[in-house]
Amino acid sequence: MANAKGFFTDTTVCIGCKACQVACHQWNQLPTNSAFALTGASYDNTLTLDAYNWRHVKFIEQFPDTRAADAGRWLMMSDCCKHCVHAGCLEVCPTGAIIRTEYDTVYIQQDVCNGCRNCVAGCPFGVVAMDHVSGTAKKCTLCYDRLQNGLTPACAQACPTGSILFGDVQDLLTRARARVDQLHSQGRTAAYLYGDSADIVGGLNVFYLLEDKPEVYGLPSNPRLPSRNLWPSSGLSILTAAIVALGAFLNFRSRRLARPNANPNA
Amino acid sequence: MGSNMAECHPVAFRFVMQAKTRKDRPAILIHVDPRFTRTSAMADYHVPIRAGSDIVFLGALINYIIQNERYFKDYVVKYTNAATLLRDDYQDAEDLDGLFSGWSDKDKTYNVDSWAYASGSGDHPQATPPPQGTQPGQRLTPPTNVAPPWAPKDETLQDPKCVFQVMKRHYARYTPEMVEQVCGCPKDLFLKVADEFTKRSGRDMTGAFCYAVGWTQHTTGVQMIRAAGMVQALLGNMGRPGGGVLALRGHATIQGSTDIPTLYHSLPGYLSQPSITRPHDNLASYLNVETKQTGWWFNTPKYMVSLLKAYFGDAATKDNDYLYDLIPKTSGDHSHIPMFIDMGKGNIRGFFAMGQNPAVGGQNARMQRRALAQLDFLVVRDIFETETASFWKDSPEVLNGELKPQDIKTEVFFLPAAGAPEKDGSFTNTQRLIQWHEKAAEPPGDARSELWFMHQLMKRLKAMYQGSTNPNDRAIQSITMQYGVRGTGNDEEPLAADIMKEVHGWTVADKKLVAGFADLKDDGSTASGCWIYSGVYTQDGVNKAQNRKADAPGTLGSHQGWGFAWPANRRILYNRASADPNGQPWSDRKKYVWWDDAQKKWTGADVPDFAATKAPSTPAKPDGTGLDAHSGSDPFIMQTDGRAWLYAPAQLRDGPFPTHYEPAESPLQNPMYKQQTNPATKYFTDEPSNKLAQVADPNYPIVISTYRLTEHHLSGTMSRWLPWLAELQPELFIEMSPELALEKGINNLDWVVVETPRGQIEAKALVTRRMKPLRINGQILHEVGMPWHWGYKGVVRGSVTNDLTHMACEPNVTIHEGKVFTCNVRKGRLKA
Repeated sequence: MANAKGFFTDTTVCIGCKACQVACHQWNQLPTNSAFALTGASYDNTLTLDAYNWRHVKFIEQFPDTRAADAGRWLMMSDCCKHCVHAGCLEVCPTGAIIRTEYDTVYIQQDVCNGCRNCVAGCPFGVVAMDHVSGTAKKCTLCYDRLQNGLTPACAQACPTGSILFGDVQDLLTRARARVDQLHSQGRTAAYLYGDSADIVGGLNVFYLLEDKPEVYGLPSNPRLPSRNLWPSSGLSILTAAIVALGAFLNFRSRRLARPNANPNA
Repeated sequence: MGSNMAECHPVAFRFVMQAKTRKDRPAILIHVDPRFTRTSAMADYHVPIRAGSDIVFLGALINYIIQNERYFKDYVVKYTNAATLLRDDYQDAEDLDGLFSGWSDKDKTYNVDSWAYASGSGDHPQATPPPQGTQPGQRLTPPTNVAPPWAPKDETLQDPKCVFQVMKRHYARYTPEMVEQVCGCPKDLFLKVADEFTKRSGRDMTGAFCYAVGWTQHTTGVQMIRAAGMVQALLGNMGRPGGGVLALRGHATIQGSTDIPTLYHSLPGYLSQPSITRPHDNLASYLNVETKQTGWWFNTPKYMVSLLKAYFGDAATKDNDYLYDLIPKTSGDHSHIPMFIDMGKGNIRGFFAMGQNPAVGGQNARMQRRALAQLDFLVVRDIFETETASFWKDSPEVLNGELKPQDIKTEVFFLPAAGAPEKDGSFTNTQRLIQWHEKAAEPPGDARSELWFMHQLMKRLKAMYQGSTNPNDRAIQSITMQYGVRGTGNDEEPLAADIMKEVHGWTVADKKLVAGFADLKDDGSTASGCWIYSGVYTQDGVNKAQNRKADAPGTLGSHQGWGFAWPANRRILYNRASADPNGQPWSDRKKYVWWDDAQKKWTGADVPDFAATKAPSTPAKPDGTGLDAHSGSDPFIMQTDGRAWLYAPAQLRDGPFPTHYEPAESPLQNPMYKQQTNPATKYFTDEPSNKLAQVADPNYPIVISTYRLTEHHLSGTMSRWLPWLAELQPELFIEMSPELALEKGINNLDWVVVETPRGQIEAKALVTRRMKPLRINGQILHEVGMPWHWGYKGVVRGSVTNDLTHMACEPNVTIHEGKVFTCNVRKGRLKA
């Protein structure tokens, strides 16, 4: 879409402050579901995106066995819904609760959602989650209500270092590619964009600059949509139907043949 | 160095990231720190050093700059005191194995006379100061100017008695090899970052140091910061855009509460608090010793008298010494730690804790909580019921039966306070920028602003003491309340803007706002609550702190239209140094403030920090006072000699050059000198709970630092009560390396008991490769770290980390050493 809105998340400038998480909680008035217990997983104590955490900052410690000074990295990445161009959740929603908005974002209408959970299974990124209090599926709205009022989404507004940049996806792509070129010219040749092209579910309106394999950040290299199974499943269904029909035909035929003189009035 | 800026100052860190990611000449970021933090993660280099070894690292950087001639020679010769000659009787720490001349082992202090500049020109008109005084008929002899502009110099920097040569000798043993041995930082890494930093300084480029309490909180903290100042003076990085030594302050407007101080030793605008330990008997004698004959502080009487007029109004007259006598005089060190030791002895009856939570934030916090129990009354104003407010019923001492609530005589008043968005006021941030904020919401319930509280308290005190004839009560009777109010009775609250006007200043006769501090007088005709803030208002009553006009991107960007930076809206102090001695920019790329010969005045992107029309070629007046004693090329106008001090001839209690001493608790003998610790350290040995571990104490072999996390603020009052923040860092932890964890049989998330001679606490282990053992002199040394945000109140709770810390303090400013002490750890819990 020409006016698609999204985020460019430059993980190389993310300082892991979690201001995005707090801003998201505050604007969307999301409760905390925390057990308030240390997880021991670096500085990550919320661990996952879920119905109450629409933003989540990941911490990945990479320090080699050599224990050499100035060797090692602490990667940080703020994650949220990718607002996919081909959205798995939207594909599988039976009620039409999940819609594509005028900003090309993917939005779950809470008053239409019937809580069937198809979308939870249908998201290749594990973003959508059930709110067991409301009985509906929830995820990032890209602050639809803020966009309606000309405001930047809360997380991008709160991000102090410009790791989360909001804007027109086409503009963001230009900026992101320039940033990759800059990093390459500084010798950081591992930098690349994830989700900037149609290879990944038609493109992600929320895309990332990464410096390691997607799996290191908990992202799939090759995410699959539920619809990938459409033709094989359809074929299988047709085949199954044909076999059942054939079986039925054979069965009824043999039953009829076994009782040639049956008197229907007996 | 000494700062974890990404975690503790994330909003300011945006500018670091902008510098790093900009298209034109992106900046490099070097992080020198014992731990690998979120700042290290963003840095081009993380340089690990042993906590407390910073002066070895910085001294080696100074040595590197000298040996490799990386210093900015023209700048160093003309703008610093490198060329100044020292007295013959000065002896360096290199001569006395870690002590400077003048040390008295009996008094544990220095006699600093021998640190003064040489007085080679004894025939100088001001060498023997003429007697003078501010009051008619009074002739007092001002103290000798120990750092006069006319001190003899050798601009070739070859004289063995010149500062440059003495400094070169002082740091000769601070080598890359010594850095490897003492700091545990690989020599090659040191050399790499020394090269990277120094090659980016000069006419065309500048570099900055950012530090925070990672430097301050050491028994050598002041000297660490001074060492960075020396590096920057040598590289020509002071007074120029992109340079400087930036103190990242720890709380919102802590800069403001230093300028208009909540400190015992200074009055607003960095005037000295009168003291009985100095010749401060009356205003004339106070001004005689506090006024510097050369440099800007020659103006001290104008600011002091104007302050007294702001305090006492019409009651302050020339005949009654402007009621100077009513200002309380200090009798010694009354800073936080000595105050709490005094409190523990029962010498203090009442205490107001406002925006402070010493039950968690105080060093040796257990001792501080016990001291609170010795008070008659305690007033806590805060947004939640803090640990300080509830020490009498919830503290570990009460829970374990050491203290019983019924035995605690302290009467505790807990009053709800308004939060910052619920009141008008100003914040002054680290670059001296005053920004006004307006009340955005009504405070809930009975929560009130500080202004309301202080105003209502004063009204009641004035009513109580109205008829008193006791001279002690004159201060309460005379103090003015010169501002408008809104509301009536118990709702009456001062107008914050009116108080800012009083701070700014006016002429007494007509209450017209002055133009700035240049208008202030020492004859009682002007009043100003804080001279350095004078200028925040225009004479038409526009509050410049409310201005919000930023410069366009790509311009020089001193942002004159955004807020107000004291003094006089200057964004970079000493910016005369951004031009060469002839007044021309050092380079086109770094041009900032320069002399306009056509207009005969200083001009540029900022308010020049110099006499506006004093030409660069102006010679110093031999008999001149104030700035007249400086030449047109002496940029450091606050200093008596107009120069940046590589060598400090005065004002410090622990030596003119930063020198490496081990922390008060250290696993090592000082590898560099016989003198183990800063000789002038304040130990407070009369406080029995303040026990220290021995040097290389086998019971406490592990080095520990305390610090803050992004997710919490200070003692947690503003974060631990909020679930959205509390869930992000829910429990107290101790960060340790896998190597130490293996040695101690500790797994990630195990409970760990941490012990020092002051106490024991428990925390969960966070085993991480970000922590790494150091190899010091062939020995493996372990370091651990603990945040100190937790306490026994709030949504998330935990041990008070400060129960571990001690109260041995830095000699100049009495700051504690929370950044490095020693401990031991074991797997387990406090109670089985």
